[in-house]
Amino acid sequence: MKMNLLSNRRQKTLWMMVIGTIVLLAIIFSKVWVDTDKILTNLNTRNVAPTWDYLFGTDWLGRDMFTRTMMGLSLSIRVGLIGAIGSTVIALTLGMVAATMGKTVDRVISWLIDLFLSVPHLVALILISFTVGGGFKGVVIGLIATHWPSLARVIRAEVMQVRSAEYVQMSRRLGKSNGWIAVHHIFPHLVPQVIIGFMLLFPHAILHEAAITFLGLGLSPHEPAIGIILSESMKYLSSGLWWLAFFPGLALLIVVRLFDKIGESLKVLIDPTKAHL
Amino acid sequence: MAILEVKNLSISFEQYRSGLKREVIDVMSNLSIELEEGEILAIVGSSGSGKSLLAHAMLNILPENAKTSGQIFYEGKPLTDVELTALRGKELAFIPQSVNFLDPLMQVGKQVRQSSRNGNAVEKQRSVFECYHLGKEVEKLYPFQLSGGMARRTLLSTAAVSDAKIIIADEPTPGLDEVVIQEALRNFREFADENRAVMLITHDIGAALTIADKIAVFYAGTVVEIAPVGDFSGKGEKLRHPYTKALWRALPQNEFTPIPGAQPHLSDLPKGCLFAPRCPLMTEACTVERPRVRELRDGKVRCIHAT
Amino acid sequence: MRLEAKGIGFKYEKGPWLFRDVNFHVEAGEVVGITGASGRGKTTFCRILAGFERALEGEILLDGQKILPKGMHPVQLVLQHPEQAVNPRWKMRKVLEESGTFDENIQRLLGIEKEWLSRWPGELSGGELQRFCVARAISASPKFLIADEMTTMLDAITQAQIWQAVLETAKERNMGIIVVSHERKLMERLCDRIVEL
Repeated sequence: MKMNLLSNRRQKTLWMMVIGTIVLLAIIFSKVWVDTDKILTNLNTRNVAPTWDYLFGTDWLGRDMFTRTMMGLSLSIRVGLIGAIGSTVIALTLGMVAATMGKTVDRVISWLIDLFLSVPHLVALILISFTVGGGFKGVVIGLIATHWPSLARVIRAEVMQVRSAEYVQMSRRLGKSNGWIAVHHIFPHLVPQVIIGFMLLFPHAILHEAAITFLGLGLSPHEPAIGIILSESMKYLSSGLWWLAFFPGLALLIVVRLFDKIGESLKVLIDPTKAHL
Repeated sequence: MAILEVKNLSISFEQYRSGLKREVIDVMSNLSIELEEGEILAIVGSSGSGKSLLAHAMLNILPENAKTSGQIFYEGKPLTDVELTALRGKELAFIPQSVNFLDPLMQVGKQVRQSSRNGNAVEKQRSVFECYHLGKEVEKLYPFQLSGGMARRTLLSTAAVSDAKIIIADEPTPGLDEVVIQEALRNFREFADENRAVMLITHDIGAALTIADKIAVFYAGTVVEIAPVGDFSGKGEKLRHPYTKALWRALPQNEFTPIPGAQPHLSDLPKGCLFAPRCPLMTEACTVERPRVRELRDGKVRCIHAT
Repeated sequence: MRLEAKGIGFKYEKGPWLFRDVNFHVEAGEVVGITGASGRGKTTFCRILAGFERALEGEILLDGQKILPKGMHPVQLVLQHPEQAVNPRWKMRKVLEESGTFDENIQRLLGIEKEWLSRWPGELSGGELQRFCVARAISASPKFLIADEMTTMLDAITQAQIWQAVLETAKERNMGIIVVSHERKLMERLCDRIVEL
């Protein structure tokens, strides 16, 4: 009965994914469509509150906050993307290795997973990115090294479950090799898990990148990521320039929420037990 | 008097086909059935014929994308959704097909005792366990410690100690020993003899025949025949519907001969009689419209040729 | 051809012996039933015969030879729950093709309709899926087929349909069959002899 109110959920999810992808691409390629001259220092237009010309206002050096936010987000998303892809690859590899290479390997990898999960993300991230020298490289390595454990655990469990499934045992008796079973039986089960895992890792990575950059431990001030913009703006909040932090913060939140939402709906869509609700 | 009556029950599911197209599939159409006091009604049919669906509709536990129409009467009064839900567990005991219905975090003895509402629950539970050959130590175990057969017997016990008026049992016997099956069936009989009623859903006609009073035969989401148990004898001459006759003849103790074809898919039902494509008696008239249920020799049948 | 189990014993890691010193044999073309109370290890014994599990004691011989663990197994097993025996992410055509041969004759015997081949397992009923499992096992041209409660969850017509097809193929190919079922009448109808485990 609930159906009528909800209308077609599949359609809704699909639309959201299209919109989300357009927003993402628009932000990544914001260099093409925003007026990059507006980011230069212009002392004639300092501290302008939001207007139609300066949607997000300008800062203490007269730089257009909208342009800065877009370019900052673009950088953050790119860092997040690299981080999420790297983490997914690690998760996939370790998860499959743990499930297939015997008990000792499984124990070592499970221990590693538990180790990483027992330390707060942010702390591990700061430590790692600091150790490898900070900056762009540090943040990316840190993100990749910290975001894989939960997905690795999911993949390990999935592989183990499929491997022991009756249809795989049948397949063995029909003379199929391990490689054949991995490609034809196990892999199709992993694809949705990996896609969803990636989609849900992505907003995490962006948020964590912004967080450590905000704390001054991530990207350097020459690379105006969203975290830098926010931390610089903090100093001016008390002097009434609220728009400096408000709009970039809001934009970050919207982007993160958008991708979280897409990941979640994708999960529901792929889940066969909920597929028709 | 009919203690429970289902009138013109139709169920449809709204589901996604390929891509974004959504369609409505009628899985049950105009089904009517009555459960009399003191009676065991067996519902038999192949998988996908809608047997479990009927039970789920009566217990109001259909999935969210299901739409129902029709009415359910309890002791002559029509029930609303809310009343139906309230009835479940009190007047209606359900023995589900899946043992996953047990609470994984509670000792099974306690779970069984919970369904008893008056009298000495502990004593009742112990005697029921004994009668199902479950040892004294079992009541302290958790569901994951039980074998499949033990879990199933626990589910049977839950219904046996309850003070319900009606038991709905969905495939309660597969995986059980002959001895336990007989015990369970005998219990159903005793239960029904106390002026209560049992609806036994099964694909196993053999089990149904030993205890039931009436047998309702399901095919592709509808009842094709309701017959007294005595009609299932000999070569099936007394049976009304050609499907029932075929079912009877296919039993290993009878001829063990199948009829060709398969039950039609719910998304692709024939326009006329649902059994027409496989029926030896099929004529032009059968393909025009769905035959109505009619009374015939102390039973009911949905076939225009039945005599 | 003769399938033989000699002195088979099995137990789970720390548990007690499930059974020991079990001797059993089937000849080609023979239909043999195995009975025994639940919990006696009928299913485990079948799994050992079909190479799913390794016996801790004793050996399984096919014409006096050990069966190689690699390649198509000459003893194929069909179990009670077909839903678990097919990959839910495979279309039915692929399920059938897994055995290497796509035998249309067997499909016709079992009443598998062409239209089902393009469906997902979730869209078919248990009876329909079980036909596929039987077709897959038989297409692998096994010397012996084990039916462990193969038709327990199916209605009488489907049960008769599947068994008639299996018996016919068995006769044609001189294939041996091992039947496990709690249903005495079915066993009596099918088996040349019945042994107790």
